[in-house]
Amino acid sequence: MDVTSQNFIPLTDVALEDDNLQAALKQLSGRLAAGRTAGVAELPEFDQLRVAARDIKNHVLQHLDLYLEAFAQQVENQGGTVHWASSEDDARQIVLDLCRSVDAKRVTKSKSMVTEEINLVPFLESHGLETVETDLGEYIIQLRGEKPSHIVAPAVHLSKEQVSETFFEHHRKLGFNEKITDRGALVAEARQVLREKFLAADVGISGANFLVAETGTIVLVTNEGNAELTTALPKTHIVVTGIEKIVPTLEDVSTFVRILARSALGADISAYTSFITGPKRDGDHDGPENFHVVLVDNGRSEMLGGDFQDMLRCIRCSACLNHCPVYLSVGGHAYGSVYSGPMGAVLTPQLATLDAAKHLANASSLCGRCESVCPVMIPLPQLLRQWRDKESEQKLSPTGMRWGLKLWAWVGQHPMLYRVITVVANQLLNRWPRQANGFIQKLPLLVGAWTQHRDLRRPEQGTFSQQYRKAGGQRV
Amino acid sequence: MGALQPNTVALFVTCLVENMKPTIAFDTIALLEDAGYAVVVPANQVCCGQPNLNGGDRNNAIATARRVIDEFVRFEYVVIPSGSCGGMLKHHYPQLLAEDSDYRHKSAQLAAKVFELSQFLTEVADYHPAAVSCEPVTYHDACAGLRELDIQSEPRQLLTSAGVQISELEETESCCGFGGTFCVKYPDISAAMAERKVQDVLHTGADTLVMGDLGCMLNIEGKLHRDGHSVRVIHYAELLASGIPASAKVES
Repeated sequence: MDVTSQNFIPLTDVALEDDNLQAALKQLSGRLAAGRTAGVAELPEFDQLRVAARDIKNHVLQHLDLYLEAFAQQVENQGGTVHWASSEDDARQIVLDLCRSVDAKRVTKSKSMVTEEINLVPFLESHGLETVETDLGEYIIQLRGEKPSHIVAPAVHLSKEQVSETFFEHHRKLGFNEKITDRGALVAEARQVLREKFLAADVGISGANFLVAETGTIVLVTNEGNAELTTALPKTHIVVTGIEKIVPTLEDVSTFVRILARSALGADISAYTSFITGPKRDGDHDGPENFHVVLVDNGRSEMLGGDFQDMLRCIRCSACLNHCPVYLSVGGHAYGSVYSGPMGAVLTPQLATLDAAKHLANASSLCGRCESVCPVMIPLPQLLRQWRDKESEQKLSPTGMRWGLKLWAWVGQHPMLYRVITVVANQLLNRWPRQANGFIQKLPLLVGAWTQHRDLRRPEQGTFSQQYRKAGGQRV
Repeated sequence: MGALQPNTVALFVTCLVENMKPTIAFDTIALLEDAGYAVVVPANQVCCGQPNLNGGDRNNAIATARRVIDEFVRFEYVVIPSGSCGGMLKHHYPQLLAEDSDYRHKSAQLAAKVFELSQFLTEVADYHPAAVSCEPVTYHDACAGLRELDIQSEPRQLLTSAGVQISELEETESCCGFGGTFCVKYPDISAAMAERKVQDVLHTGADTLVMGDLGCMLNIEGKLHRDGHSVRVIHYAELLASGIPASAKVES
């Protein structure tokens, strides 16, 4: 997976100064986090459902080979075809070949993070296929040549005015000469443009939220209805999804459906939950003639049985993004990966390289809110710490930081030395130049970053140990 | 060391309190003594090792954990005026040492004796603090305490029972941006987070911000101060101990 996570710091600098983005993030944090809190409060068994969801996923991951084979067999039984893609290159090529096999010219696509991960749309376009994103947010960012900044709401970083500009620029040639700013009118205009695309498409590409092993069904959870038009109208439907999306039974889907939309938006359920099993059958009024499922590995099977297996439980609900104080400060683009927020910080080093993504695991205060809202109970802070361990092992973290920590631990092994060092630090800070009111405004070296944005209180005169001894306190 | 009398609490001072604000430790001692406990200060205490755990230096975090366990496991109770260090001893040590045949058991033993101050005062000591006179305050829940130890009602219960009125923040569950070394590794993001916390604090109209972790205190206080706001930032132990008559305290 191509990432620009190396540029995390300059990207965050831009993001922190971007007023449009900051306004959008403020709205996002209020809307989605508050929505989730209210939604969860309405469901007393929410925590039990989380445990059940976690256990179902863990069970599947223990037996992933068996469930994948069962799923593939069922898809074939229903008249569909399963394709196995070990890498993103394989996945893209399989999709292109399938499109060519039906002589496709036009492709519609519903929202899918896996297709973002494998950068599918630019690839198909570079091979002459007109490929249109039909999820409104994805459509907007496609017009703008941007990547999603949020896994559920890909255009969340944009204001209504920016969308208006984009539509005016791109839709003028289609005869929409008026610049509109009304939210409803913008949606109506996109709908009009996209309707033509739906009707003309030769191939529809979707992702999948769940793959049901017992029936070979793919489950799509959406809110706009575009996925239904994408999957039902063209003659060929290609599903592109990750191998970890399997659940054993339809009954299990109900557990996830109850927590997915609630975790994402606080809603009971999404507007559309579609169950698609195989191609059109005799007597069906609609549906595709060809039904293909491309199962993408792309690094996932390497996570099985390893330190990051828990991450394969992720159902892409976005609750961790919506509650992450870092994501809510800098938005998704700063992460330089299509997966952002805490889940992205864990997944990106795995799908790209740790060297390229080394900032992501560090740019977290480890506040733990992500784990507390995760519907499948992924220990995200723990996984971030594990990436930090690996960065140290591979000497990817800053040398000064590594040695500083070693030194601190060494001091910690020698209590006498610890007491001396704390006395020295206390004295040094007490003698450091400060304002009349006792606050230090400028510190040097690494701790200088502290005083970039805040003051530091002058420590009390003497460490606790010194003061305690002076007061006659006994140590044991 | 001789035999300890029953109801003896060992104080884990924490490295920040040791160095920056020993008053918090003295006030912790005062509260524990007021609650009827004898307090001892183990001499060989060091930092809990959290910077190493969070900084990708797991092996050294484990080495430090063993050292802390050796020093503290002999006591009946261990009390810490910090949810962050408390979470380290109670929650992370057993995880870090899960595969150490010798220390697995000791870390679990210690974890059962470790209490964050407000949890000890409410759950073990059933302490009712003396009345404190002050204007309404606001309260910040530090993340590690909130999520690793589920500290939420305890400090509020103590403050309320001392007659302190709490005007709650809007975002009680948001991080202040401290995060240990995070605040110096990513100072701009950390500052943006601190800024949101500051605005929330100011919005309450309270002139005192109370919390239970010195790291977050220094962060929010430093940001408030840099931006020219005069809100007082104190540990709940400081506020509660102000109700105890001076003659009853070990003073520095």
